[in-house]
Amino acid sequence: MTAFRALILRDLKLSLRVGGEALTLVLFFVMIGVIVPFAIGPDKALLARLAPGIVWIAAFLSMLLGLDRLFRADDEDGSLLLFRHAAIPLEAIVAAKVIAHWLLTALPLIVATPVLAILLAMDWDGWWRAVLSLLLGTPALVAFGALGAALTVSLRRGGLLAPVLILPLCIPVLIFGVGAIGAVGAGPAMLFLAAISLVVAAFAPFAAALALRAAAD
Amino acid sequence: MTAAAAARKPNWFSRLAHPGRFLAWSRPVVAPLAALTAIVFAVGLWFAFFNSPEDYQMGDMVRVMYIHVPNAWLSQFVYATMTAAALGTLVWRHPLADVAGKAAAPLGAAFTALALYTGALWGRPTWGTFWEWDGRMTSTLVLLLIYLGIIALWRAFDDQLRAGRIVAIVTLVGALNIPVIKFSVDWWNTLHQPASVFTAEGPKLAPSILTPLMVMMAAFTLLFATLQIVSMRTEILRRRAETMARQAAAGEGG
Repeated sequence: MTAFRALILRDLKLSLRVGGEALTLVLFFVMIGVIVPFAIGPDKALLARLAPGIVWIAAFLSMLLGLDRLFRADDEDGSLLLFRHAAIPLEAIVAAKVIAHWLLTALPLIVATPVLAILLAMDWDGWWRAVLSLLLGTPALVAFGALGAALTVSLRRGGLLAPVLILPLCIPVLIFGVGAIGAVGAGPAMLFLAAISLVVAAFAPFAAALALRAAAD
Repeated sequence: MTAAAAARKPNWFSRLAHPGRFLAWSRPVVAPLAALTAIVFAVGLWFAFFNSPEDYQMGDMVRVMYIHVPNAWLSQFVYATMTAAALGTLVWRHPLADVAGKAAAPLGAAFTALALYTGALWGRPTWGTFWEWDGRMTSTLVLLLIYLGIIALWRAFDDQLRAGRIVAIVTLVGALNIPVIKFSVDWWNTLHQPASVFTAEGPKLAPSILTPLMVMMAAFTLLFATLQIVSMRTEILRRRAETMARQAAAGEGG
């Protein structure tokens, strides 16, 4: 457990001291919210209706962008090799990295949702449900992302491939995520979203660790 | 024969699947299989065009079914084949399994694309739309995207052995989509008609339609088998040629 916590802290410290990446991600997230009104016109009623979808698309794209560096840096400086021979199993290490990655990429986006809510004319209730659905759904995105990053870590030109691979798998998350923001049938959608997140977060570390091992030998 | 010798002697299945043996036994199989495919196709098309009734609502449009349903069936069958191959790669590290998986991916993508294409052609005059975001269509589209992702992943690796294991993991994860496609028409009651051929109570179609449909499905499945064997042979030979080129280059250098 100590090693597990140390790994999470290590990733958090690394990211905070290098700095800037979480902020860039939030900036990107908010910028999508800024661009959309230009693309579809500043009609407030229309924006409010599309807001759940836009929030999720923005979160989706921001998380896909951040995905590549989940294992890349560790692969480059050789930490990944050490992880494979560490005292705790590789699956636990992947799980720790998934938690750290969620804290670094998903949490800042959720904190930034009020800005998007104002830009997209969401009401108080809609914003609250958006935060809840992002909280429930983003763990699945990060877990799928870890799988994608692990699959492509040994590829030098794998940057775009990981999103292409995991996007089809993330579609259910998007369906229920947007459903959970909508006013009708939000309850069941929330439960489905939570179920997907739990299942994916439980299984993805094993699949990702398998992929990391397969990539290394 | 002692027990040790029996244990060492590979069973018939392993012998059949050894790449060299595979090349040997598959060479004489290809031509007859192709001929059989052509014959069954001829019979099936004759049934489909001249010896099956028109639909009382759709008229001649119903004949699209004889192309659409076999392709849709194969889109899932090929993925099941790839899943079996992926298990072979991951569990037994079987040398032929990743060749089979690699050969099947483009074929499956082609069948899925054809199923979507014929479905659109069929949907336009009968449902009045090329595309609808209905459960089965959406999940089939996701299947096509998964196929294309897998093909892209195969092409991204230089080392095909490593690619085999990585792609096998993706294939197994993507297999989650297959039951979704199969049951989509039961879970979401939407535009696409519910299961009518493979149901628990048996086929729900009239024999005059079911016979041509079954013949066409057999024809398309045979087509897949033929193409699969040919492309597996090509892939094995390509890998061999690559190895020989590398050996030749090493010989020149040394």
